[in-house]
Amino acid sequence: MKGFIVLIAITLTSCAYKEEDKQAPFSSKKILFQVPKNFPSPVYDFSRNPITQEGFELGRALFYDGILSRDGTVSCSFCHIQTSAFTQHGHAVSHGIDDLPTRRNSQPIMNLAWVRFFFWDGGVFDLDLFPPHPIQAPNEMGETMSNVLEKLRKHPHYPKMFKAAFGTEEITTDRFLKALSQFQLMCISANSRYDKFVRNEGGILTSDELKGLSLFREKCSVCHAGELFTDGTFRNNGLPVYSNDLGRAEITLNPDDRYKFKVPSLRNVVYTAPYMHDGRFKTLDAVLEHYRKGVVDSATTDPILKQNGILGIPMSDEEKRQIIAFLQTLTDTSFITRFELSEFAIKTPTNNVKIR
Amino acid sequence: MKTFSFHQLAGLIITVLASIFLGCNKEGNKHSEPAPDINKRGSIILKFDNVVGDKDLVLGAATYKNASNEDFTVDVFQYYISNIKLKTNDGREYIVPQDESYFLVREHVAASQRITISNVPEGDYVEVTFTIGVDSLRSTMPIERRTGVLDIADSATGKPMYWTWNSGYIFVKIEGTSPQSSYTRPSDGQRRFFYHVGGFGGYSSVTVNNIRTTTLRSPEPARVRSNKTPSVHILVDVLKIFSGSYTVSFATNPYSHFSVWSSNLANNYVNMFKIDHVHNVGGHTH
Repeated sequence: MKGFIVLIAITLTSCAYKEEDKQAPFSSKKILFQVPKNFPSPVYDFSRNPITQEGFELGRALFYDGILSRDGTVSCSFCHIQTSAFTQHGHAVSHGIDDLPTRRNSQPIMNLAWVRFFFWDGGVFDLDLFPPHPIQAPNEMGETMSNVLEKLRKHPHYPKMFKAAFGTEEITTDRFLKALSQFQLMCISANSRYDKFVRNEGGILTSDELKGLSLFREKCSVCHAGELFTDGTFRNNGLPVYSNDLGRAEITLNPDDRYKFKVPSLRNVVYTAPYMHDGRFKTLDAVLEHYRKGVVDSATTDPILKQNGILGIPMSDEEKRQIIAFLQTLTDTSFITRFELSEFAIKTPTNNVKIR
Repeated sequence: MKTFSFHQLAGLIITVLASIFLGCNKEGNKHSEPAPDINKRGSIILKFDNVVGDKDLVLGAATYKNASNEDFTVDVFQYYISNIKLKTNDGREYIVPQDESYFLVREHVAASQRITISNVPEGDYVEVTFTIGVDSLRSTMPIERRTGVLDIADSATGKPMYWTWNSGYIFVKIEGTSPQSSYTRPSDGQRRFFYHVGGFGGYSSVTVNNIRTTTLRSPEPARVRSNKTPSVHILVDVLKIFSGSYTVSFATNPYSHFSVWSSNLANNYVNMFKIDHVHNVGGHTH
């Protein structure tokens, strides 16, 4: 009976602790996550993970730390390089640990608060659920989540950083992932010349760029819609099939979704080469040539690319040039150079951060 | 006249005494087990005993045969049990609170095979219903709700039950070797089979739904009293995963991840559970 009472006491204590834990996350000064004037409302639920300076800084330290990989060599920033708008360049598909190739071209970490589905096939539906995949994939970071958490718990700095961000030194899956989300959510790109133009902040577009904008709206904006330049859907854009990658159908198991991939944003498109899920095109010219002449018809090729019996998007050389001129106005140099998003801004030195 | 040897006599006396004591004990039991008082609470233990037909499941060592007459060993066997509901012989239902109703039974972790449900109203329970896997609601919950066995960080045992590339829990995982398997593991040339069954129906597009629910009738009531914890002994037969509505062959389908085919396994394994017996002695199990 005595044992029973002790047991009850333990249960009550643990319940009480849990209740406390469920309260609003510890925070001191909140970073105001600002929605750019020309952007829609974000889809990420900030009420569950309010962004704080400390949480953002912790997320940034984790993002740049090779401790997340099996041998300390691969950090998130390995495939998501700020100067490339947080994607990788130089490879068609990204390379991971042991220089192993991955299956697809890494996507930019940019404006993720407005993204509903992650990966080219949309297999992950919550930003917080994203990092375990690259961490555990044998050809990306080759580590296990539980081991990452163990390493962080034993680290000289991280427990203190978790305390600063979340109130105690406890390092859990939840806190770890939320910190990473906080950093990624702050990777907002909304200061291109195009943005300053549409917001009337003094951005000026040349006549070629303006012509490109209206051509873009006419020919491209059904899929690359709105201020995020994507409608977030999955479509087969008529690429010749080079591999067994079924795209969205791998998630839905629906044959109607075969070879469909997420429509990417075109912001910073100049920096995010190569293009397509498998990085097959190195230049914007090659991409537009595909839409002009390369679209292949198949059971799932998007109907919008075969209107009036014509495959692809008709455009003259002049129109192609003007569209590319417009796409270059989506370049946001302040995003790729923003100090707070760089590893040089990390205040607490960690063992594994490498200065490249 | 036949004389009794000392041993015979001793045996006789012990038998007589034992029957008297046992009889008394039986009477005593009747007296100490009054009608259930629904205002009082007790506990019940569900013991998941993984077997292969009429043999105990021994990881790695023993060789068994499936319905396709293929030999196999098992190295990993684990599954989620969730959303547990209990029913008494007079039709009262007890639904285990949602947040406390997720369990991961792992063959290599003995403690995980014993599920204790507390705070159960007194009653003579004859039915248990549970989901094999994780319901769709919980499968899409935010990260802070995914604690305990639902933590998506793989366990220290390195046998994760979560697909990171296609957000969702693996409901049932079984892996092993079979000389008849058509799959050879590249790292060591071993002929293996593995089945990872999950799929909660899709987040935004309808897809495979392998959530299965089973209701087990008990051959005898489990008498939950505030001072008595019955133990329900559930046999979980691995062979039933491989046969039933679909006969699995390791030669034809040596593995499955997220796939339409995997529903064949779910339709089979929904029938792998059976209540074998109940121990109505407080706290005693075996």
